[in-house]
Amino acid sequence: MMELSQICREYAVGGETVHALDHVDLTIRAGEYVSIMGPSGSGKSTLLNVLGLLDRPTSGTYRLKGEDVSHLDDDALAAHRQQHIGFIFQFFHLIPRLTALENVELPLVLTGAAPRARRERAAAILESVGLKTRIDHRPDQLSGGERQRVAIGRAMVMQPSFLLADEPTGNLDTKSGGEIMQLVEQLHHNGIALLIVTHDPLIGGRAHRHLTLRDGKIVGDVADAKP
Amino acid sequence: MKLFDVTRMSLQALQRYPLRTAMLLLAIAIGVAAVVLLTAVGEGARRYVTGQFSALGTQLLIVLPGRADTTGGIQGLLIGETARELTLDDALAIARSPRIRQVTPIVPGAGTVSSGARERDVTILGTSAPMLAIQHWTMGSGRFLPPGDLETAEPVCVLGYTIARELFAGRSPLGEWVRIGDARCRVLGTLAEQGLAGGFNVDETVIMPVASAQQIFNTSAVFRILVEAEKLDSVQAARRDIIEIVKARHAGEEDITVVTQDALVATFDTIFNMITAGLAAIAAISLVVAGVLIMNVMLVAVSQRTGEIGLLKAIGARNRQIVALFLTEAACLSLLGAMVGVGVGAAGVALMRAVYPVLDFAAPVWASGSAVGVAIASGLVFGILPARRAATLDPVNALMRR
Repeated sequence: MMELSQICREYAVGGETVHALDHVDLTIRAGEYVSIMGPSGSGKSTLLNVLGLLDRPTSGTYRLKGEDVSHLDDDALAAHRQQHIGFIFQFFHLIPRLTALENVELPLVLTGAAPRARRERAAAILESVGLKTRIDHRPDQLSGGERQRVAIGRAMVMQPSFLLADEPTGNLDTKSGGEIMQLVEQLHHNGIALLIVTHDPLIGGRAHRHLTLRDGKIVGDVADAKP
Repeated sequence: MKLFDVTRMSLQALQRYPLRTAMLLLAIAIGVAAVVLLTAVGEGARRYVTGQFSALGTQLLIVLPGRADTTGGIQGLLIGETARELTLDDALAIARSPRIRQVTPIVPGAGTVSSGARERDVTILGTSAPMLAIQHWTMGSGRFLPPGDLETAEPVCVLGYTIARELFAGRSPLGEWVRIGDARCRVLGTLAEQGLAGGFNVDETVIMPVASAQQIFNTSAVFRILVEAEKLDSVQAARRDIIEIVKARHAGEEDITVVTQDALVATFDTIFNMITAGLAAIAAISLVVAGVLIMNVMLVAVSQRTGEIGLLKAIGARNRQIVALFLTEAACLSLLGAMVGVGVGAAGVALMRAVYPVLDFAAPVWASGSAVGVAIASGLVFGILPARRAATLDPVNALMRR
């Protein structure tokens, strides 16, 4: 569970203070499927970064799985990200000199996992995202959709509870974008909480709960009726 | 994160930019090779100079009777006041020390030597078989004095080059009899031309067994004892041995002076080692320059790989892991460059040896070792700033860069 209470995030831009998040209260439960929408500059990416522990709130309290993480240091935040949160980015952020397999096993490398175990795990994940035959390809040998699949594999390899996606289809054509959405929704069905920041109403509309941000405030929080 | 993985990832990063990596390797390799080559030159010069001195007999100690307070050699040699004479037994006693390779007494004097109608004033030198090796003389013909009992006055002699030529005028003197003073001696051999050695003209000398010379000069004393130490670095120990041995034989009185040549050689050794170290230090400056290059290139690498660093942070990399990654990259560069440099240096040394075989060029191990050490240290020191910069990047900003 992610619980934000009275979260503010302020930036100083040219002597002026920008309120990217303005006293936000929000609770994301385990296994939810949430879209975050809103115009540019509404603070939706900042919200995702704060939820993903990449950014620290200026004030307010954030409890992740019951633990107050508002004031942890860099390494403690890194440890929580490692354990609980997977990220997918618009531009994939694969490391170009590493193969698909090596990219996927990177989080395991950071934990010091044994080479054989992590390789088997990464290979299994790649197979589950449909890239069994692309294991030894480098990112520049893969299509956009395939790259995002590798990125999803990398996000899933540590078995996080939350998958945070910032415009995951923003850099893909409609067809591969749709395939990627099917893939992450499959993961959601298997129990992970899915948070997607997007401009695209078609993508956002697929979620079960729809947050709308404007000027750093949540102005809409609509949940679908339980299916 | 395992060391193996850190190293592998660093090497993969280096492979990604082959030209840049090659240029940095070159910079470091040049620095290391410069250290290796320059110290090899210094060491070659040192070996040449000390080698020349050892050819003159640096392991040589000269024992003379009388105690001179100065150890500066020549004064003791000149004064030579005799509290107690040195004897053949002293020489035999000294020869028993394990630190001493060989010993020969000398009893010089003036006399005449004649063969038939020809007669000549000569220096007569009573000595023994080891003299040939101690003085590095070479034989012209025949053989030198036979090894054997010092106290046996065999009627034999060896002629210096000039004496042999003048007395026998082209005939072989081997086996001929000459008259030295009142004694008759058979010629065993002749020396090759030696020239002057320490102001003493060996070519105009007749050499005979020490006991024979003592008979001619009617003395039981020995003028000097020449001693060759077992090794170059045992000269001082040999010196103490000699003093102790003779002291014990002379009723506990330290009444001899032992002159060594190694003090001079040691001075040269020190000077050349200083020069070599200085050359190494100068060359090491280029390693520091290479370190600054590493820093600049790593700073560029950090800004080029900002997105990658952001990603590593997002997936849970700790700050110290990022520092480790970049430091390892710098260290790998330094180490590889240093290895190439040692190889190039060794090849250069081999080339110099081939071109100037006279000089025994050899890079001292400490120089190669410390060059590699300095290269790695400089890579690490100058890698710290870029690595820390990478580690302290804000993940959100870093991820905005692709």
